[in-house]
Amino acid sequence: MEHYTMNLTLKVWRQKNKKDNGHFETYSVSGISSEMSFLEMFDVLNERLVVEGKEPIAFDHDCREGICGMCSMYINGRPHGPWEGTTTCQLHMRAFKDGDTIVVEPWRANAFPVVKDLVVDRSAFDRIIQAGGFISVNTGNAVDANAIPIEKDKADTAFAAAACIGCGACVAACKNSSALLFVSAKVSHLALLPQGDPERKARVVDMIAQMDKEGFGSCTSTGACEAVCPKEISITNIARLNAEYARAGLTTDK
Amino acid sequence: MKWSELFTSSVGKKFVMGLTGVFLIGFLVVHVGINACIWAMDDGQMFNRAAHFMGATVVIRILEVGLFAGIFLHFIQGLMLEFQNRKKRAIGYQIPMANRGSKWYSRSMGLLGTIILIFLIIHWKQFWIPSRFTELPDVTYDNGNPAPVHDLFGLMKETFSHGWVVIVYVIACISLAYHLLHGFQSAFRSLGVYNSRYLVLINGVGIGFSIIVPLAFAMMPVSMYFNWV
Ligand code: HEM
Ligand code: SF4
Ligand code: FES
Repeated sequence: MEHYTMNLTLKVWRQKNKKDNGHFETYSVSGISSEMSFLEMFDVLNERLVVEGKEPIAFDHDCREGICGMCSMYINGRPHGPWEGTTTCQLHMRAFKDGDTIVVEPWRANAFPVVKDLVVDRSAFDRIIQAGGFISVNTGNAVDANAIPIEKDKADTAFAAAACIGCGACVAACKNSSALLFVSAKVSHLALLPQGDPERKARVVDMIAQMDKEGFGSCTSTGACEAVCPKEISITNIARLNAEYARAGLTTDK
Repeated sequence: MKWSELFTSSVGKKFVMGLTGVFLIGFLVVHVGINACIWAMDDGQMFNRAAHFMGATVVIRILEVGLFAGIFLHFIQGLMLEFQNRKKRAIGYQIPMANRGSKWYSRSMGLLGTIILIFLIIHWKQFWIPSRFTELPDVTYDNGNPAPVHDLFGLMKETFSHGWVVIVYVIACISLAYHLLHGFQSAFRSLGVYNSRYLVLINGVGIGFSIIVPLAFAMMPVSMYFNWV
């Protein structure tokens, strides 16, 4: 692909802290290389802001290689921008052309309050995981990984669900701010594996209870989550979660 | 987990929507089947007798109570979900996501349902109340069963002689078609069907159902207006 440079207009959400009302600020950036990542473009802008003595734009990022799920940006009306199956850090500037205006907003959901600029508080996801997204294993000698037989298909489906990086794009995309794609990925990942079986019922019940407490909406299967998920988590996981939930509700002891 | 949670948690509410939705789909099958008798080309005899049967036995009267309970549960829960979900994003986006990722009708179930609800109120007033409570002229057919039956066919012909009524019915049928285009498959997902072999089947049947059934309903007022029956 041919390399080119571009000049862009950025409209970015600026908000001092949780309490500030926030507003959009417009910036012109020039000489942006088509080889840069979207975050590198922000680095260029931030360096300039620092030199000018202005407050740089706060945004979350860590790995910059599409595996940590930190880089939450809602770009031109789509979480993680225009490319499918891509995190913001893996979005490259060749997705844009010279003269484009790019609007960047934080994830919007009551359950993800804005901390500063484009940074949102996603600790609600951590609390959902703490409620049940784990298996309890007594420590001791490591068990041979091949000691427990697992059907290949199930292992693959569980693996695909385990690819969820907890980025929250599904919530940001959903008209109901539902976290069900995330929760269903975590529930499916463990429900499909023998190691997840012992805590299977309590897990789904507790995770859903926590999810509701955090103030996420309920799923109406519009499919927006699946469309924006950088890890292409399938919406079928949500149907599986529904089945897990019904099963737990109907057969649980207490 | 309490029993109530199974129906009041966010996932539980979806069970309620899915169960009542599937129940209403079942009702549509019966309703469209009976109404299709108007095309028997016998001046409404078959239709009037079928409609009479639908009000005649205790079993069907009990089912009718169930139907009303189902509709009420469905639209009350549906509208509550719609309003609760809207409140979960107090500050919206500058650039809405719109159709980047979902179909407009999947996001408009509340609106489509409300149009259907308004239609239902008109529809009950026009047909259900007259046929159950107030007097309707009777007709008697002398083939085996001498008891008179309500002339619902006559009421239909009179009602659908007005153009505005026909337009209202056609709009309602279009709303129903889109409601089902999303709702049919969504209901089964809500109820936990995740096996792809069934989902493929449900998607296909759902699309067919959402086109054929509302089209058949829409053709009823249209054929009466143009005197095709
Ligand atoms: C004969 C009429 C109707 C039929 C056959 C029908 C069918 C359905 C079906 C199958 C669903 C999908 C349920 C799910 O995804 O679990 C649904 C959802 C919905 N219906 Fe209806 N419906 C009817 C009337 C109404 C009415 C009168 C309203 C009221 C305003 C309404 C409002 C809704 C809403 C808001 C949803 C979305 C809820 C969700 O996806 O969680 N519907 N409907
Ligand atoms: S399901 Fe996809 S969009 Fe949602 S948190 Fe996981 S990786 Fe992100
Ligand atoms: S910064 Fe880690 S996924 Fe983007």
